[in-house]
Amino acid sequence: MTKPPFSKILIANRGEIACRVMKTAKEMGIATVAVYSDADRDAVHTRMADEAVHIGPAQANQSYLVADRIIAACSETGAEAVHPGYGFLSENAKFCEALEAAGITFIGPKSKAIKAMGDKITSKEIAADAGVSTVPGHMGLIGDADEAARIAAEIGYPVMIKASAGGGGKGMRIAWDDEEAKEGFARSKSEAASSFGDDRIFIEKFVEEPRHIEIQVLADAHGNCIYLNERECSIQRRNQKVIEEAPSPFLDEETRQKMGEQAVALAKAVEYQSAGTVEFIVDKNRNFYFLEMNTRLQVEHPVTELITGVDLVAEMIRVAAGEKLSLTQGDIGIKGWAIESRIYAENPYRGFLPSTGRLTRYRPPQEGKAKDGTIIRNDTGVTEGSAISMFYDPMIAKLCTWGETRDDAVAAMSDALDAFVVDGIEHNVPFLAAIMRHPRWQSGEISTGFIAEEYPDGFENVEPDAETFTRMAVAATLMAQRATRLPTDASGQRLEKLLPPQGDFTRTVMVPLGEGERTVSITEGDVSIDGAAPAEAEIAWQPGDLTAELTFGGRTSIYRVNAITSGYRLRGAGFDVALKVYPPHVAPLARLMPEKLPPDLSKFLISPMPAVVMTLSARQGDQVHEGQILAVIEAMKMENVLRAERSGTVSKVAVSEGDSLAVDDVIMEFE
Amino acid sequence: MLEIVEQLEEKRVEARLGGGQKRIDKQHEKGKLTARERLDVLLDPGSFEEYDTFKTHRATDFGMARQQYPGDGVVTGWGTINGRPTYVFSQDFTVFGGSLSETHAEKICKVMDLAVQNGIPLIGLNDSGGARIQEGVASLGGYAEVFWRNVQASGVVPQISVIMGPCAGGAVYSPAMTDFTYMVRDTSYMFVTGPDVVKTVTGEVVTAEELGGATTHTKKSSVADAAFDNDVEALMEVRRLFDFLPSSSRETAPTLDVHDDPNRLENSLDTLVPDNANTPYDMREVIEKIADEGDFLEIQKDFAGNILIGFIRMNGQSIGVIANQPMVLAGCLDIDSSRKAARFVRFCDAFNIPILTLVDVPGFLPGVSQEYGGIIKHGAKLLFAYAQATVPKVTVITRKAYGGAYDVMASKHIRADVNYAWPSAQIAVMGAKGAAEIIHRKDAGDAEKLAAHTKEYEDRFANPFIAAQRGFIDEVIMPHSTRRRVLRALEILKTKDVPEPMRKHDNIPL
Repeated sequence: MTKPPFSKILIANRGEIACRVMKTAKEMGIATVAVYSDADRDAVHTRMADEAVHIGPAQANQSYLVADRIIAACSETGAEAVHPGYGFLSENAKFCEALEAAGITFIGPKSKAIKAMGDKITSKEIAADAGVSTVPGHMGLIGDADEAARIAAEIGYPVMIKASAGGGGKGMRIAWDDEEAKEGFARSKSEAASSFGDDRIFIEKFVEEPRHIEIQVLADAHGNCIYLNERECSIQRRNQKVIEEAPSPFLDEETRQKMGEQAVALAKAVEYQSAGTVEFIVDKNRNFYFLEMNTRLQVEHPVTELITGVDLVAEMIRVAAGEKLSLTQGDIGIKGWAIESRIYAENPYRGFLPSTGRLTRYRPPQEGKAKDGTIIRNDTGVTEGSAISMFYDPMIAKLCTWGETRDDAVAAMSDALDAFVVDGIEHNVPFLAAIMRHPRWQSGEISTGFIAEEYPDGFENVEPDAETFTRMAVAATLMAQRATRLPTDASGQRLEKLLPPQGDFTRTVMVPLGEGERTVSITEGDVSIDGAAPAEAEIAWQPGDLTAELTFGGRTSIYRVNAITSGYRLRGAGFDVALKVYPPHVAPLARLMPEKLPPDLSKFLISPMPAVVMTLSARQGDQVHEGQILAVIEAMKMENVLRAERSGTVSKVAVSEGDSLAVDDVIMEFE
Repeated sequence: MLEIVEQLEEKRVEARLGGGQKRIDKQHEKGKLTARERLDVLLDPGSFEEYDTFKTHRATDFGMARQQYPGDGVVTGWGTINGRPTYVFSQDFTVFGGSLSETHAEKICKVMDLAVQNGIPLIGLNDSGGARIQEGVASLGGYAEVFWRNVQASGVVPQISVIMGPCAGGAVYSPAMTDFTYMVRDTSYMFVTGPDVVKTVTGEVVTAEELGGATTHTKKSSVADAAFDNDVEALMEVRRLFDFLPSSSRETAPTLDVHDDPNRLENSLDTLVPDNANTPYDMREVIEKIADEGDFLEIQKDFAGNILIGFIRMNGQSIGVIANQPMVLAGCLDIDSSRKAARFVRFCDAFNIPILTLVDVPGFLPGVSQEYGGIIKHGAKLLFAYAQATVPKVTVITRKAYGGAYDVMASKHIRADVNYAWPSAQIAVMGAKGAAEIIHRKDAGDAEKLAAHTKEYEDRFANPFIAAQRGFIDEVIMPHSTRRRVLRALEILKTKDVPEPMRKHDNIPL
């Protein structure tokens, strides 16, 4: 093994990316130092490192964002270099300079490049000068809401209002008219101030039906720069990436090359070194416009690694140590297809609001190469029993799959998501699993509007079709058979032998509040549905198992299983179904039972998440109209506007501004 | 001869119709099953054997002689649940509104006597308008005969009641004395006096559902142990409960072939207890992670949430679990939680079901209402029940075990057999801050000094080792190995044998 470029590095981050960086560092023979806040004392990254340094309280601005603490931790441990991961201090030029002053290497670009690309206005000017195509927009700063509306109208609606220092969807709003421009300006400004300490705002043309495609670049200090092809990140929700893939199903070789060359030109223009990403917006005619350059390792970098075989973190570390790139443009190809799903702690059924708490169960699918040749990779910073705290990004894991073709990768992702067990908090796995089965996603005809267009009213459980229901009924019956065991008393009184012969194991499977019903009989391992010819079926499940794998009709289905009263709740592929499994003599009686609907909550404004009340905009006795803002609550540093779902009169306001709210707490009642 | 045989079947068909098709349809319209349909759901198919099918009342007043229905409004007999026998009665609302006559009561008494004699449980399905008024005192006598038998059977065979319709007046006292009462939401209610009488006497306006519905009795009064959406659900859950219970006090709890590794480790339990002693966590997670197959049948889920009770299996054997729940009232013992747990401990002890106690208790709940309400007496119930129980008792202290509540929660001193503690356990007279304030009263008002004293007390007592040094804790265990440890303890205790002192009966504080 060659001598490692550094003997010890510090990772100034937490969660999955800290673990990801450490993994490569360990492989390279580099000792690792973790930093942790009060909230991360027991975190995976803290435990994984060779050394760990406590850097302050849970709030990021008093720990992970404090450059001095990180530098002190370096001196304390003798770390020679710092990998910043993404977020936190990763694109902070001052931090970069402070490290340099302290004689510590920053594993990333030089501060000049960070500064140049960090400001969205400056970066566009540089890009334009470097011959990179850019989106029309207003480059100057905007003073007030009226000016914002005027400029927006000049550019032409729709427009995007963005925080100059922003990223990751925070401080971003789309406006379709003057009123929205004014409101969006105000909100972006206040979010920008609280999230970034910089409330400068700018406005640009919002490209309709756009695709988000980005180019990964890698550059060294010796003037070498290559591009590692593209990633498509069009599946976004409120400008937050949800699913990414590489390559893009949309690009042709010519566009890919043009984008790659422009990305390299931009990187060279700012003397970039390290890994970076040039983001483009691509319209339906494959015109592409420069959006911004991220001067850091991207969250979605694993998909690039999976199709190119390059370890980006290893390259970053070597380049930071002054080594030349070990690769040339000619070494970079595209092998197969990779997809990444971001598993977030958020409630897909309630507007994707953040969810916090303890992961009482966390069982990701088995990583590595499967028999069919597909690969599963799961980058995570949690383990069973970890806490998802309100202080940090709610991402739990990045689940990646690789296959020879896009279809293979999609199929592998579908199964991997179904096998992924996360309990204790709300999460978006059902939503991701539903997208994987969405015909439009599968066709590759996507845009950044995909989620807004396909799920305009938010996500609801997918209704199982007839075949899916049949498969679930088979699974439930096989499980019921396995769970049916006879307890024994000390006296051994066993009367079942005196009963009339029971014959085959038959169960009628029903869905409450649903139309469907299947009667499944099991004879020596074969199943017959509603009296049809028997077919082979097998289930990998024992009572108490969290997942079941059904093999039936020539394919497998993976279900998440919970035992419920006389049946099973099965989840998978975006379905969430409570199946009742009745013996033949009970089924007709069960049909007589009245269906009970869940209680009507429409007369209440309910807190959709744990949060703090920022403002209350309606008082007792107020007439409110549908869509009117009733309250603004804050959670995870995001301001969430709660609107009236229908017109009515407020009969009671149950909370005050500044109050803490739990999930389902009543905020207001209506007459 | 054949003709006579055929006539029997005709008579049976007639009897099975109860009050007739019209009334059966009406019962269905209300979302209720008939008495016989309910037994079909409850019992293994083909296992029910009916007694007294043709029994009728003997009343003559008010024209009753002309109204005769075979069975007289209650179906009785026995059948099996997953192969194990149980006696049953099921009141038939289609016959005289399920009202209880002298003969109706005699039928119930007959199966109760057999249950006690044969050591077989009794399940009663209640759906009755009350006493048969036409019979007057004969009906009241019938009730009392049932009550007396409930008491004779108590602690001898498990008795389960399911309220599936009205159950009012004196009738409520039979379920009240059985071991478990389940109710059906929206179609069942129980009260001593109904809404009309309440209105006349106290002026309170209340609906039957509000006064005695399933929600009231599972959340407010604790008269019922669980509520379910409909008849089928309730009966299926009774089957599930039944599988945990021994047939009588002469037997040990039944065992089930479980698919679960006795040595299964749960590493996530190592991070369950938060760093801050005042931060709650969900004790239910411990129960579900150590139980066989994660199966926890919780009793009184909606009442006194500061204590959790219910059944799990360990190595296939039924175990009663009692656990403080830090999520509610910090897991304090109060009047309601003491009562809830005390009766459960006594049930387990009566029926040879070993007891697992999980402790995180900061003490008894302070307050005027608690003292006026008699927390001393109610807390004593739990203490008494634990001290009296001779079944295997295993205790795990996960965090706090403070003050008198430490003693109560199956401590070594009241004869728990095996007492474990997690390293996060704090066994002390009280929390460190309170203790420091009392010991160092002279430093009151000096926050700095008090903080130092608090730290000193914490360092000394906020751990399980002082108790372990004295042998009050048998072993400090890794949270992740709790299942394995508890399971081993329960296995070694299977042969436990404790002689009981001679007495007529104890005098538990009531």
